[in-house]
Amino acid sequence: MELLMASAIGVLTAGGMYLVLRLRSFPVILGVSLLSYAVNLFLFSSGRLVVNMPPILTDDATGYTDPLPQALVLTAIVISFGMSAVVVMLALGAYLSSRTDEIDMDDPDPVPEAEPGAIE
Amino acid sequence: MTHWIIAPIVLPAVLAAVIVMSMRHHVLLQRIFSIAGLTALIAIAAGLAVQSSGGTIEVYDLGNWPAPFGIVLVLDRLSAMMVLLTAVLALVVTLYATGTDWDRRGNHFHALMQFQVMGIMGAFLTGDIFNLFVFFEILLIASYGLMIHAGGTRRLRAGLQYVVFNLLGSTLFLFALGTIYATTGTLNMADLAVRVAEIPESDIALIRIGAVLLLTVFAIKAALLPLHFWLPETYAEAPAPVTALFAVMTKVGAYSILRVYTLIFGPDLRATADVVTPLLMGAALITIIIGMIGVLGTNRLGRLAAFSVIASMGTVFVAMSSFTPETTSATLYYILHSTLATALLFLTVDMVRERRQGSSDGYATLPAFHQQGLIAALFFAAAIAMVGMPPLSGFVGKLLILKAVWPLPGAAAIWAVILITSLVAIVGFGQGGSAVFWKTRPADEEPSDENAPVETPPAPKQGLAFTAAFSLLAGIILLTVFAGPVMGYLNATSAQLYERQGYISAVLTGPDRIGGDKGDKGHGADAYGDTDGHGVTDTPAAEKEH
Repeated sequence: MELLMASAIGVLTAGGMYLVLRLRSFPVILGVSLLSYAVNLFLFSSGRLVVNMPPILTDDATGYTDPLPQALVLTAIVISFGMSAVVVMLALGAYLSSRTDEIDMDDPDPVPEAEPGAIE
Repeated sequence: MTHWIIAPIVLPAVLAAVIVMSMRHHVLLQRIFSIAGLTALIAIAAGLAVQSSGGTIEVYDLGNWPAPFGIVLVLDRLSAMMVLLTAVLALVVTLYATGTDWDRRGNHFHALMQFQVMGIMGAFLTGDIFNLFVFFEILLIASYGLMIHAGGTRRLRAGLQYVVFNLLGSTLFLFALGTIYATTGTLNMADLAVRVAEIPESDIALIRIGAVLLLTVFAIKAALLPLHFWLPETYAEAPAPVTALFAVMTKVGAYSILRVYTLIFGPDLRATADVVTPLLMGAALITIIIGMIGVLGTNRLGRLAAFSVIASMGTVFVAMSSFTPETTSATLYYILHSTLATALLFLTVDMVRERRQGSSDGYATLPAFHQQGLIAALFFAAAIAMVGMPPLSGFVGKLLILKAVWPLPGAAAIWAVILITSLVAIVGFGQGGSAVFWKTRPADEEPSDENAPVETPPAPKQGLAFTAAFSLLAGIILLTVFAGPVMGYLNATSAQLYERQGYISAVLTGPDRIGGDKGDKGHGADAYGDTDGHGVTDTPAAEKEH
């Protein structure tokens, strides 16, 4: 199970990084989402992987799974969900107003040079 | 335990919600409530500063859960100072936005501003590192909204870059927190400080990774090279009042580094002592150099201001990276100074932009604009403060830093970099100022390429905007005049930072025994280790081993 979990996190992270480095906003957003999935799994596994254990310690329990990372993952999921919505809207806005979805920006429109006859 | 500690977080949060819900369409009401709320916030922050100035560390247990299990807010001198600084800056910025009608150019300016203030306040006050992440996200998501306030193609595209960069930073933050939690089994800062100090040999590599990842995250927020790429475009394109508020956002990164790397990964901690200082120092020196080269090489006032922010963050980190009490006091002074100076510079640049033909801040020769003399004087003052020339507080700040690093190894290199880059900055600011304010052409001259009539934008409303700018200037002057008393406070602040046991015992022994200087020091940490609850809630690592 550890191998499966670790390789899943690794593959998601690698894929996410590759996509984030693309030039267009859509792959970049996908990449950010993949990275957030990877980090959620990572956080989840930071409480150690156990199966069939209650998250609450009782008198007759033989062990328990750490509930805190699960709470952290919930927080992280909510936040990354909200952030994804924001970034999608922003990317759409940028695309619709500039008609290009390239992440890179050109140089700002060049500063008008002083006319030759301008007062020195 | 007083409830005032949480007021700087609750007040803006409630106010923001009220503004969004019930006065969406009444800009006047929004302004009144926003300004009234921020004024109250300053009063609260001042009260908290007075309360903490005696040296007690106040702890607020959220939901009355005791420290390592629940989330705590902690108020010490450093938090109180940063909270007060933020409140003052937020009020000034809101006044400016009101005076220039920036808040009418898009929706929800005041609500987003309040949310942003809430996030910043929370980041300064929290004593839990995951909670720090949550407050970072709050301030970031509000800043995304503020960054694209009033729209525009370039602003949206710069905003997209800013958001993507910060989303990556947040992901990295979570990776760092996961690593730290997996190693230590806690996220409470005071508890972490105890656990990290006694970390077993086998986990040192992991905790080092966690520490450096966390440093990377904070360096992104603080725009330390090579993680500064989001800053110039963002600061140059964002609306000016927002950028002025962002002046304190880079300081959130600086504050987090100061807090985490004095309290948790302290300078004498064997596991991480040899990584943090060299990394920070090297990056900081390069940051100053690149920032000042940017100041010299740009051809727009907005970019000039943005690069000078990068350089000033470099200066902050050069001083901070040694983590001695003397350098930390100098750092804190420079943080106070550069927040005010940066905000003033951005407001001035915006005044130029608003009044110049074509709303341009480029170094082109354009007709003179309204109130040119007054604005030029403001720019001159801001430039003097930013480069660190006498008589303003930038000079005092740089002098303090130079003096504090003098006994350290490598002082010669630091002196050389700071002094030479200051000279470069003088040239850069001189170039910008003379191109924009001195080289003007008559307004009636026929424009070269288009036949559109030359129109200078009409004189915008002035009163509140100038009040805001001049109160920032007054702040800088006060900081200079009262440098002695301020340094007295800051010395006490940094002494408190390096007296870690006080913080730890204040947090971990619960609200009944507030203050590290009451009772025997160090008792709290020991008492914590012996509580009978300890075995039950041991680290997951220990529990899962068998």
